[in-house]
Amino acid sequence: MMDRIAIIGVGQTRQERNKVHETFADMVFEAVQQALEHARIGIREIDNVVTASNDFWDGRTISSMAVNDACGSYDKNISTVEGDGTFAAFYGMTRILSGAYDTTLVVAHCKGSESDAKHITNAMFDPVYLRPLGLDNISTAAMQANRYMTRYGITEEQCALVSVKNHENAYRNPNAHLPMRLTVEDVLRSRLLADPIKLLDASPVSDGACALILARESAAARYTDRPVWVRGVGYAADPYHLGDRDLADCDALVAAAKRAYGMAGIADPAEEIDLVELYDAFSYQELLWTEGLGLCGRGEGGKLAASGATRTDGSIPVNPSGGLLSAHTVTVAGLVRIAEAVLQIRGEADQRQVPAVRTAVAHGVNGPCGQSHCVWVLGA
Amino acid sequence: MAYDWLQDTEPMVYESRIQVPYSWSVGDTGSRFLTEIRDHKRILGKRCEACESVYVPPRKMCPRCFVDTGPWVEVGPSGTLVAFTRVRYASELHPGHVPPTYGIIRLDGSTTGLVHLLGEVEPNALRPEMRLEPVFREPRTGHILDIAYFRPTHR
Amino acid sequence: MANRVAIVGSGQTHHRTRRLDVNGVELIYEATQRALEDTGLTMKDIDGVIIGNMDHFEGINYVDCWSIDGSGGWGKPTLKLTTGGTTGSTLAIAGYHMVASGLFDRLLVIGWEKNSESDTTAAITTAFDPVWDRSVFAGAISGLAVEASVYMHTYGATERDAARVTVRDRRHACLNPFAHLRKEVTLEEVLSSPPLADPLKLLDMCPRTDGACAVIFASEGVAERICPRPAWILGTANRHLYTYLGDADYVGLKSLRHASRELYEKVGIREPLKEIDVMELYLPYSFAGLSWIEELGLCPPGEGPRLLWDGVTDLGGELPINPSGGVISCNPIGATGLIRCAEAALQVMGKAGERQVPDVHVALSSGFGGCWWSDLVMVGSTKPA
Repeated sequence: MMDRIAIIGVGQTRQERNKVHETFADMVFEAVQQALEHARIGIREIDNVVTASNDFWDGRTISSMAVNDACGSYDKNISTVEGDGTFAAFYGMTRILSGAYDTTLVVAHCKGSESDAKHITNAMFDPVYLRPLGLDNISTAAMQANRYMTRYGITEEQCALVSVKNHENAYRNPNAHLPMRLTVEDVLRSRLLADPIKLLDASPVSDGACALILARESAAARYTDRPVWVRGVGYAADPYHLGDRDLADCDALVAAAKRAYGMAGIADPAEEIDLVELYDAFSYQELLWTEGLGLCGRGEGGKLAASGATRTDGSIPVNPSGGLLSAHTVTVAGLVRIAEAVLQIRGEADQRQVPAVRTAVAHGVNGPCGQSHCVWVLGA
Repeated sequence: MAYDWLQDTEPMVYESRIQVPYSWSVGDTGSRFLTEIRDHKRILGKRCEACESVYVPPRKMCPRCFVDTGPWVEVGPSGTLVAFTRVRYASELHPGHVPPTYGIIRLDGSTTGLVHLLGEVEPNALRPEMRLEPVFREPRTGHILDIAYFRPTHR
Repeated sequence: MANRVAIVGSGQTHHRTRRLDVNGVELIYEATQRALEDTGLTMKDIDGVIIGNMDHFEGINYVDCWSIDGSGGWGKPTLKLTTGGTTGSTLAIAGYHMVASGLFDRLLVIGWEKNSESDTTAAITTAFDPVWDRSVFAGAISGLAVEASVYMHTYGATERDAARVTVRDRRHACLNPFAHLRKEVTLEEVLSSPPLADPLKLLDMCPRTDGACAVIFASEGVAERICPRPAWILGTANRHLYTYLGDADYVGLKSLRHASRELYEKVGIREPLKEIDVMELYLPYSFAGLSWIEELGLCPPGEGPRLLWDGVTDLGGELPINPSGGVISCNPIGATGLIRCAEAALQVMGKAGERQVPDVHVALSSGFGGCWWSDLVMVGSTKPA
């Protein structure tokens, strides 16, 4: 396979509804400082930086410019991936595997509070065929939920279970801003946004930043005695036009997971994985992505959730952090999933710690209705 | 203490918009599609001769086979509903400023679905596999909303 | 175990002011098909795609997702990079790292821009901090005008010296069938062109272009089977230094100086003027062709004009610069930095047609963007040790 790469430190700001006191740079600086401290490494020893941001969410072209100073990249080699942090971390990893650098700092930021998600997500749709219809992330996700539920008989109650679980998990995550004690009834009775998605089936849009530090094996040994190893990574994209694919499928996720599991030598994910942090932008997505990740059969995501297996005390805990439903910093959210998985493996997840986590999966998404997926397998 | 001043600081917020106008090129392939709708109320797809997919909206290239697509094919006008949603919130982006009902419609003869608006139908009456037909607006300008919406074929 | 990486082929569209016949996805498809034809590969052989442009020029969010039909990324790992003007060179650097990592054998790298679809200034303005810089000092030209003024003041260079850069690049472009502007201009025409921001005039600046470029990077073992003379990546380096316009040090392009120091050390170059055979430099405006070659160590500070007037940097000279015509002749922004790298590779591969410099073993390409970022990629005919 490839040289051993470790994550030696992570940092994250609190994810909040509106961080009005902070700029992008402030948030990035905070996350980077935390990651450096966690890794017990100084900024001078960081060889290169990869940032992740999105020009539309930031309202600036060359969005990376806003955080160049704050990420400590002065006089260093630096690049920027536009997309979820999981993809940026992948690129950051290749910059070590290429032999060019020993360490890479990866940092993502997003402030959903500064603009209107409807406009920003509308902009991901083709200007000629789709944008004039007024589509956004919620209305398109609703069509995916509709198709998924129709094809496999997934119920609104099964989706609601995800929301109940994740919001409750958030009580144990000081970085998540929506801890809630809900019943399935509460979710079902919440305001409909676009059938069948109700308010409590949807994630908020949050502000925050997250950073992590990757290191090659020989460098990792200098800084930490608790490296978390990257056992496998894979990513892949589905077609763009929503009607080009069956929205109840997630071929891209299956392909990404296959690649990641192949590298990690995982043959039976449900058995061999101890914990999953996945990108649940909507409650139905957690069900669909558990299928794509091979934690259950196709169409069985609802049954898996109903069985309690994905609860923190279940056989395959999913989103003990509270997931995106409890805090959704858009392009940062996937990087937060990696950070959470790292903390779990290191036994540093405090109140949300799941016992004996040796192998964890972290997952990020780009594009409408989960068009493009990135899957990480991390291990002790 | 070094950060005392933070407590009394009034957080300022600067309101603005980015102002960037756009003129998107539709391209020859898309232009033929839109002008056919505008001038003849006909919906065209484009077929890939290698894999036999018929794309609506039409593509210049087949994304599966990565070759130029072949012949134009008239599709529909009727089609089958694949997925749908009724939107309940307001957005200034919604056409006519009314919360829309969206659908993905597989037009007869096409192998892909077209995302569009649904109309003249009670939201609770929507069912997968429903048969739909397009309603064209007058006058038409060569715009995707020259199809005003799709409605059930039997009413 | 890091792999050595080579560029095995590329494709470009014929860059023009306005391509109304194609939408962005189709423009990307055109360049991509040409790169596949150039290498004899099919999309099935490609195991990953990276793509970039400057978002606000086309107003499309998540371009890596939107462009999938034309990039061939369906079912493949697809990722987007964007760093403003340096996007193209950022992509080239990423192409290197991703293949060197051993995780890709044949990676498709695409840069593109459809500048005709937007108001460039309105879009570029959004790069600058909305609170501190945007309303006061925005637009690409102002910063460059200040840099030019400082250079003239410090070294006594003249607008005529700068015009010689435009004359060179525009003359070279006549030999490049892909270049946007293919008509020579005279010194007098440059000096009398409409003023934009003192001392910059219209013909000191680059145009706005619609275009795309696709380059295929391959790993050692694979590259040699695809083409007889691959362009091996000898090294890459980049630097950024400033975020706020007021922080910038306008005397010289420090980021280029630092990046080139690092690269030359990595590759073992001691006398760039002698050891490098051709350069494709991202010179967005004429004065850069005087001052930035000094930063690259081709001559002492202030002596850039001498190299220009002596013909050192013309085709036929000791170190031709921009045989393709450079950015002053062609600027589809997201592609521009990648085109520099593709052109440098063409020179090494002996496939540069009428603009071929004889006997090229080592070629350097650069990228430049806001906020004073500099990227460098060096390619060569000999596989590195």
